[in-house]
Order: sequence, then structure tokens, then C-alpha cells
Amino acid sequence: MATLIGCTRTLFRCRGVFQRTLALQAFRRQDSTMASVELTLDVKRRIEETRQKALLGGGQRRIDVQHKKGKLTARERILLLVDEGSFIEYDMFLEHSCSDFGMEKQKFPGDSVVTGRGLINGRTVFVFSQDFTVFGGSLSGAHAKKVCKIMDQALMVGAPVIGLNDSGGARIQEGVESLAGYADIFQRNVEASGVIPQISMIMGPCAGGAVYSPALTDFTFMVKNTSYLFITGPDVVKSVTNEDVTQEELGGAKTHTSVSGVAHKAFENDIDALMNLREFFNFLPLSNKDPAPLRSCEDPWDRDVPGLDTVIPLESTAAYDMHDVITGIIDDQEFFEIMPAYARNIITGFARMNGRTVGVVGNQPKVAAGCLDINASVKAARFVRFCDAFNIPLITFVDVPGFLPGTSQEYGGIIRHGAKLLYAFAEATVPKITVITRKAYGGAYDVMSSKHLKGDMNYAWPTAEVAVMGAKGAVSIIFRGSANPASEEAEYIEKFANPFPAADRGYVDDIIEPRTTRMRIIRDLETLASKTRENPWKKHANIPL
Amino acid sequence: MQNMAAPVRLHGHSAAKSLLSGFLQFSKDFHNSLRVCGQTRSLYTTMKLYDREQYWNDRCMPEETKFDKILIANRGEIACRVIKTCQRLGIKTVAVHSSADSLAVHTRMADEAICIGPAPTSESYLRMDKILEAVKESGAQAVHPGYGFLSENTQFAAELKVLGVSFVGPNSEAIHAMGDKIESKRIAEKAGVNMIPGFDGAITDADHCVKLANDIGYPVMIKASAGGGGKGMRVARSDEDARLAFRLCTQEAKSSFGDDRMLIEKYIENPRHIEIQVLCDKKGNSLWLNERECSIQRRMQKVIEEAPSVFLDPATRRAMGEQACQLAKAVGYDSAGTVEFLVDKDKNFYFLEMNTRLQVEHPITEMITGVDIVHQMLRVAKGHSLLHKQADIPIEGWAMECRVYAEDPFKNFGMPSIGRLSRYMEPLHLPNTRCDSGITEGSDISIYYDPMICKLVTYGRDRTSCMETMIKALDSYIIKGVTHNIPLLRDILTESRFVSGDVSTNYLPEVFPEGFKGKQLTVKDKQELSAMACAIFLKDTNRSRAFLNQSRIMPVEDARKKWTLNVLINKARFHAEVNTIDGGYKVVVADDVFEVKGDLTFSTPLITATVNGEERLLQVHQKLGGGQYDLRFHGTLFTVSVMNDLAYQLSQYMPEKKEVDTSTMVLAPMPGVLKSVNVSAGDAVAEHQEVCVLEAMKMQNSLVSAKVGKVKKVNYKTGDTVNEGDVIVELE
Repeated sequence: MATLIGCTRTLFRCRGVFQRTLALQAFRRQDSTMASVELTLDVKRRIEETRQKALLGGGQRRIDVQHKKGKLTARERILLLVDEGSFIEYDMFLEHSCSDFGMEKQKFPGDSVVTGRGLINGRTVFVFSQDFTVFGGSLSGAHAKKVCKIMDQALMVGAPVIGLNDSGGARIQEGVESLAGYADIFQRNVEASGVIPQISMIMGPCAGGAVYSPALTDFTFMVKNTSYLFITGPDVVKSVTNEDVTQEELGGAKTHTSVSGVAHKAFENDIDALMNLREFFNFLPLSNKDPAPLRSCEDPWDRDVPGLDTVIPLESTAAYDMHDVITGIIDDQEFFEIMPAYARNIITGFARMNGRTVGVVGNQPKVAAGCLDINASVKAARFVRFCDAFNIPLITFVDVPGFLPGTSQEYGGIIRHGAKLLYAFAEATVPKITVITRKAYGGAYDVMSSKHLKGDMNYAWPTAEVAVMGAKGAVSIIFRGSANPASEEAEYIEKFANPFPAADRGYVDDIIEPRTTRMRIIRDLETLASKTRENPWKKHANIPL
Repeated sequence: MQNMAAPVRLHGHSAAKSLLSGFLQFSKDFHNSLRVCGQTRSLYTTMKLYDREQYWNDRCMPEETKFDKILIANRGEIACRVIKTCQRLGIKTVAVHSSADSLAVHTRMADEAICIGPAPTSESYLRMDKILEAVKESGAQAVHPGYGFLSENTQFAAELKVLGVSFVGPNSEAIHAMGDKIESKRIAEKAGVNMIPGFDGAITDADHCVKLANDIGYPVMIKASAGGGGKGMRVARSDEDARLAFRLCTQEAKSSFGDDRMLIEKYIENPRHIEIQVLCDKKGNSLWLNERECSIQRRMQKVIEEAPSVFLDPATRRAMGEQACQLAKAVGYDSAGTVEFLVDKDKNFYFLEMNTRLQVEHPITEMITGVDIVHQMLRVAKGHSLLHKQADIPIEGWAMECRVYAEDPFKNFGMPSIGRLSRYMEPLHLPNTRCDSGITEGSDISIYYDPMICKLVTYGRDRTSCMETMIKALDSYIIKGVTHNIPLLRDILTESRFVSGDVSTNYLPEVFPEGFKGKQLTVKDKQELSAMACAIFLKDTNRSRAFLNQSRIMPVEDARKKWTLNVLINKARFHAEVNTIDGGYKVVVADDVFEVKGDLTFSTPLITATVNGEERLLQVHQKLGGGQYDLRFHGTLFTVSVMNDLAYQLSQYMPEKKEVDTSTMVLAPMPGVLKSVNVSAGDAVAEHQEVCVLEAMKMQNSLVSAKVGKVKKVNYKTGDTVNEGDVIVELE
């Protein structure tokens, strides 16, 4: 804070000296313009005053309150997020235009949001940061206008938008003006969707209609203990449904990252969140016209991963951790997991292969046997679609015993939700590489980026089993009422519990030694970098929502 | 797991086998490097100690007969150790293994492998019948039992004799004689071995106790004849003490064991545990291969051993060695064995017991004597005479062994931990370093077997250089995926008492009275760590900007040359001024200048840097994101956070992190049926120990405890159906 004020002051002092010299010259030329000089100097002074005021947001007292809550101010957050000295602010002088309820007497330059653009590791990003110290960060018409302005420009130049949310909700005094503001933002969120990455970081309250902007963006992150997302708060819940629930239980980071799946990840505190956001940003291209970032890589591309040879347990029903496979293969073991606490039976996240960003999807045998259920399908589908929209190649690790059976799944609509993942993989035109590590059973085999969904390279490990179902189930159908199920089961295992049936039909391109997986994927990615494939023209596709 | 293993094994066997053969085929590279091909069987050349072969003093006759094929009735490192010598000698090897060890290193290393049962040792490695069957099936001429399992089982040795197969170990009479604690003491006493002075019989009353105590000389130990676990045991230093101790111990013994018979013996204060390696043949020759100092122990288990001992003078050594050989002769010993002694501060030594097997810590003896003990065991078993005379057994240089265990040294100097070795690199690139291990990257450390990861052995011309190498080796040792005891080992190696050789069996509780708390860094150490952390942080930062394909990247002004950074190590903050210099960074921390240079990279966990020209080893254990790193420095893991001035200034507003404890419950992750519940209330569980198996989706899900603890309550039993989120087991 102090640093920023200091800088601005210096800037103004220099400019002020320059301006004053000009003014002095004018004064010498024409005495009669004395009054106008006064005026000019006065304007200068007012500009500086207003800027100072804007920098303090809702005033020192409110800033202290914000700090006491363990939260940073809107400006502090921006300074941490972008490269030092790179922030360029827009609309510092913009004020709200409400004149009801005595609002005309309470104006803050810049109103309740700080907007502008900056650089993260040298790449452009547009940022808005809601200022809780000004009217509780509430959204006024002016606030919305500022946000829309940077969104429009971000879309125009093709650069991501990061929103730092910390707002009590609509500016009630403004009524419909505020609601209109929300809708203007929503419209832009939708227009920008799939064109530029949009990221929301919830760093305080975000309630009511406001929640739909983060919901429309590509990623929603939260700060533990200080951020909340809900449609209606605990008080309204209590009055309507008589349910007692705390703010944290209703819409805290834990709830949304593990139960509702609304948020994609949570961070310890503001600083941790913003530092990690910088690292996350590095995985993303600036827009859908830019390639996925490639950066220099020291991890040898042809590194053998001997541990993978023994990662699959000998008992084909025993669990293992797919994270071991993923972190073994990717660069420097750096995996940025998306939704690590939600639908843990599937893993999604970003990594690099020889420096190039990839999206990783993997069934997790350690959780619910790695089956596909409603939540897992939706989680992975959204992730796959993001990667496809932004030219990020997909790497899929398959060990799936099938879709989860049961009434709760059927009643919940596993058919239409499961279809989302199938749809997403089928629709994706980015390079798609699939490794079947063990089970690939039934419809779930088809879904998991199979050859049939135009997978570019599909591999099987020696432990792969591609079949309609497990041996026991299959035998009970094929040899119904058989006297000797054990021998038939053995026959079935002999036939199908191995990669050959898929390999001899060309449904997997090769059976590979696990330890060579990294090298093979990287070689394929190099080749597939020039892949061009287009889906037929359409207004937009109709994913089963 | 074990419950389900049987049925699955039955019909899954052929599949498992074909799977296995598939694996074997696919790990051909591995095999080519380990397997012996064709006629050239000396694939394993031994390591070099400085400029000579490790086994420079090993002896055999050029054309003497040897076994063609032996079976190793063991697993893990000791199986590998035996196989290595066999490969060097051109002897074919047969491994036996449990189903869990089907891909284990010893299984892959051997020429043949035979599965003898499921994972639990009672159903595999301890199954004499299965192993005897494997012996017959493979046609092995001899069996090496390693240590543990069947190594001291007289019946096993006898059964082999019946089959006409040699047991690579002593005859069963010797095993039997030394296996019985009382019998062995009787024989030892007869053989003229120093015994702990004491009274051979029960004490009648308090007066008797005082009289005996005076005969023996204070301090004395009064202990219950039926005693164990420290109960009914007291040290007395005076007559009053003795009366009191007798009374209390009698009461305790009566209530604890229902047997109040009391024994009395000399109490050896702060003893050292020093043992003598002996080697005998069937012709009556016996040798002592000097001593091993094994005083650094926790809960009766050795942690660090060294040979020779700093404490022994040549006369004492010879006396101990000769007594050890007398005992060996007295029992007709005919293999490698170890005689353990307690040594008091005046170099009086007393017989403890004799171990009739190859000892875990035998490598350090091999290092200083140049003898391959396993080879000599094989020769002796074949009936050959020892070719060494006692004068041929030297003490050349110094050797140390650190037992690297999968255990948490912060808890009671070591509580077992299990897991999968996600990253594993032995420091074999260092000269004079030997790693006896039976695992590799990707191996599981399971609850079924000993949690030993490796015996890390280093050698030096003297103790100092041996320790220097050990420190380097520990710092370079990369183990991820399981908690291990390197922090403790590394700390002991630089602890002043250890460095001066002042050790006893009470070393650990004396040096760490509050338990081990991790390496305590000095301020200078922390500054140094801060300087290196800054260098890593800047490397990370610069790498973040190194895009190769982003065309719209803003032209960045000249790369920065100067930074001010703040490093937090356990809440201690260090302010650092950093400048780039040629090949690294100059970091000024509190007026001290540190020039950090070296190959800073994230692709290998081990960073070899120099700080002001001195070599420093640092491991980037994990990058936590946001400028936070887990760094392993001097063995211990430190979470280090690096931030710029702005972030540091603002960090004062961040709330203290609250620790939420959800680790006390084991929840059902999904609806399913409990296939087995492996614990019951009151059981102690290790971290990541399997507590139950949940079957769902026809898959077995192993549910593990999140921490070490005691089971408070088990809410479901085997066969119960549980719903997602149900609490199956609660810990205290």
C-alpha cells in the first residue's frame, strides 16, 4: 500500500513540476490569465487528492478492519498477483451515480472495485478486484461498468480475466441498476467463455446473484475460512427451511471444494492463493488462438520411470494411487490438481510434458475403485472441455471398472451426466493420448478417451484388461447355470483379462512397457503438435446438460 | 487383504502367472543387468574400497568344489546379499517368495523363483513345508536361510539333512544349544567365557538378597525370574536399596506374573554392546573376525553399527575374540556366528548370547577384514576348511552401517511407517559406499515385512573419513513416499558424543531426553539454508518466465540482477539481499555473505551446491507452490517459505493456520460391504496401516489409518454393509 502511494506521489511530483513550469511561462506571457492558472493548479491538486483518496478505498479504518479479518485489500491483492510495477489501472475516477438515500454524499473515487491490467510472468492479464472497504464491495452500476470495460478489452486483445471477488452483493440503494450490472457481467462471461480463460478467486463473501459470475468462469478458487459462496445466506435459509447452518458449512471453501463441486481448489490464505494463482496462470494460454504454453524443461524427456513397472498391484482387485503414475510421468513431478477434494474417483489437473502444458485425466482406483459416477463424469467433462477449448493436449490414464450402479446414481441421472464425459472426449479435437493401465470395462472403456472417440494414440500397459465386464459377471451371463463356473471363469480371464483382444483389433496402438510411458507420450505430443482436426460447422453443439 | 487372497489366488493363478511372465519379459533391461547370461557368470563384480576389491582378503582353492544351485529361504536385502555372492561365484540361485513379493528385487534377481504362499510370513516365509517342497522342486543342493525366519530353526536344519540338502549355517545341535538362553549361559560359563556375576538361583528373602548383593558388589540388578518388559526389575546401589527393591519387585512380580521368584546379578552401568564375529568350519578351525560396536540402539534394536569399536584395545579385543572362539568350539560350531557381549566402562566384558546365523550388520566386518562371509559360509557348508589363519584377519580401515528404516524417528525414535517408494535413489555414486537393500523405486514397504529400507554402509581409511562419507551418503539418499529415519541417523553422525566415540546402549535417551525433535539448526545453518532457498526460489521464478512459444509476451527490461527476499524457516525470518554473480547468487543474510553456486534444478531432488566454496547437499523434497518448499537439509525436512518484501509485509495480516484433526476416523469412502476388519479396540496401528478392506464395485478398497494411534472403537464387523461416510474405525 505504502509503496504504491509513494510511487504515485513521486510520479505526480515530477509531473507537477513540469506542469508548473509551463504554467509559469504562460503567466509571464499574459498576466490576465492569472485566474485560469489558479484553476489549473487547483485541478492538478484535485487530481492528486482524488487519486490519494482512491488509493485508500473506503478509508484507513475500514482497511484495518479488513486486515483484522485476515484479508488483504483489493489493491494489495492486485500488487501480489501481478509482476512488480506492471499494474495499469483503469477508471480510478469513476464514481457511482446513485442519488437516492443520500448516496450522492457518499462517493468514493473508483467506487467498490479496482480494475486494470498487468503482467503475470510477463504475460498480460486483465484483473478486477472488488473492494470490500467501499460499500462492502457491493456491485453498483459503476462497479459493473468498470468490470465490463476490462472484460471487453480482454476479449478484444485475447487475454485472460482474473476476478478477485470480495463483495457483499448488490448495491441495494441502486436497485435494478445493480441487477443490470450483474447481467452485463454475466453476458460478457458467456461471450468470453471458450475465447479467453476466465478465473475467479473468491476472497470474501460472494452471495446472491453475484455467485453466477464465478459459476460462468472457467475456474473458481477459494480462500479457506475467509470466503463464502451461496445463493442465500444462513439467515434466509433458517427463515425459509428452518435449517440451522453456519456460513462456513453452507458455502465455505470446504463445502464447495469437497461437497458441491462449485469451487475447484482452496488455498490457505490470501497470499498463498495469489501466489498459487500466478503459478496456475502459467499453465494457460492467453486465448483460444494461442498455443498451450511451452517452456524450457530440464527434466529429461526420455527419462525411464522404473517405478511404474511395479505400480500396478499383482492382485487385480487391489487398489493403487493413480497419482503415482501421473507424478512419475510428468515434468518435475509438478501437478496442479483441479478439484482434488471432489469426486476423488477421478483425477484432473494440469502438468507439463517436456515443458508443454497438458491436461491430465485419470481414474483413481484408490477411491471408489475408480468407477465413474455422476460427480466424476461432470468433473472430468468440464475439465476436458476447458482443455479442448484452449488447445491443451489431453492425456488420459484409464483404470475403470465401469459406471457405478445403484438407484441413487440412476435416479440422479447417471445416464445424462455420464454422457457429458463421453461427449466431451468425443468432441475434443486437441491431441488425445490414452494409456490403459489396468481395467477398461464396459461403457466406461468407450468413454475414457478410447480409440473409437478419435483418440490419437492409445496405449495399453501389460496389465490392461479391456472387456465388457469382469470375469465373474461375464461368466454368469455367458454360461448361465453352468456347473463349472470356475473353469469358465478361468477361460474368460485367459481370453480377456489381458491387452491382446484390444491390441489385435487395433483399438490400442501398442502395448508398452510402463517405464517408457513418459518418453512415448512426449514423442507423440511432438508429432501431434501439428494436428488439425475440425468438427463439422455448427452454431454450437448440444451437450446433454 | 489376506482373507481374500486365497480364493483369488486359486482361479487367478494362471492369470497372475501370465501377468508375471509378461512383466518379466517387459523388464528385460532390468534382467539383463542383473541376470547372469550364458557362461560368464561373474556379472557381479564387487565394489572397490579405494583402489582394491571389497573382498580382497576372501579365500578359496582354485578348483575346489562348490554348490551348483542353492535356494535362499528369505526375502529382501539379505536374499539379495546372498544372491550377489552366488552370482559372483557362478552358483545358480533359487528365490522363494510370497505372492506379494512376486515382483520384488530378490525374486527378479534370482535365476529361478518359486511362489510359496500369500503375503503373511506365517503363510509363506515361515512355512517350512512349502520351502522344503521348493527345495525339492528346484533341485537346490543347499539352502541359505539368511537371518530371521527359519535361520535358527533346528527342525528346518534337521529336515534338510534328511533330504540330503546342506543347510548353510551351523549344525542343528549348535543352534539348539545357543538358542536356549539358560542352556547357552551354562555352556558359556563352562567354556570359560566371562559371565555377568550373579546368583544362580532364586533369592530366599531380603537378607539373602543383601548378602548376595554384597558378594556380587553394587550396583546390582534385582529382577523377577518370570520378568519382562521392565516390570519387576530394579537397580540397587546400597543395602537399603536392595531391601526396598527386593520387596517392591517381589510384589510387582507376584501381581504381574503370579511368580515372585527373584534373581540377582551385577548391574552393568551404561554398557556398550560389542559383538564378535566368528567363523568356524567342520574341521574344528575357528576364527574371530574382530568386533562390531552396536551400542546405538533403540528399544533393543540396533540403529548404527561400526567396526572396529573405538573402545577396545588390542588385548581386550583378543580376549573377547578368543573367548568367542572357545564358546564356538564348545558347541561344535561350524559356520558364521556372532557372540554378543556387554562391555562396561572398565572394559570388563560379559557374555550376553550367541546368534547362530549371519547377522544383519555383517557387512561392516566384511569391509574391514576383506572377507566375504557369505562365501565362507557356503564353503564351510560344502565341507571345505577355512583357509585363513587368525593372523590373516586384519582390521583395515573403518566401516559404519546405518540402518535406514521406514519409520518415523520423531515418534519414540522410530514408529513403523509404510508406503510405496515413489522416488528412490541410493547414494552409490559416492566412492566407498555400499547399499545392501532389497527394494527399488516403486517397491512397497508393507506391513507384512520388516520395514528396513537399506543397510547403508560406508568405509574409510579411518573413522573420520568413514563418517564424512556416511554424512554425504545420508544427505544424498533420496527416499520419497515413506517416512524414514534418516533425520535421526544424520543427526547422530554429527552429535559430539557419537563423534568422540562416547556411546552406550543408553545413548539415544541420554542424548535426546525429550525424544528426537529433528536437526536443531544453528543460526549460521539457518542463514545458509536461507541463502540456498533464495537461490532455488530465483531459479524457480526465472524458470516461470522462460516461455518458448508465447509470441505476445511483453518485452521485459534487462533481466533483474538484484532482489530483496525474506525467508521463513519455522517462523524465523531471514532478510536476504540477493545479487546475481557469475554462476550463481551472492546472498547477504544479516551481514553475512553467502555465495551460492551450483546446478540448481528441479528435475532431480538432489542439489549439489557450493556455499562460499564449500560443498552443500540439499534435497528439494517437494515444491509446495507459492514460494514454499520442503527442503531436506542436514537430514531433516524443513518447510521454507520465500517471499518478496511486499508479501512478507502483508503476511502479518494472515491468520494463523488452524490444524484440524480429521485423522482420528476411518470413513467409508463409498457404500460397500466390509470384506475384513483387521483391527479391534485397543490395537495399536501404524500410519497408513490397513484397518479394513471394503468391497465395492467388486473391488477391494484398502482403508488405512491416517496416523499412528490406538483403536478406540470399531463400529462395524466383517460382512457389514456400510454407507458412504460411515465411521468404521475410531482412533484415540
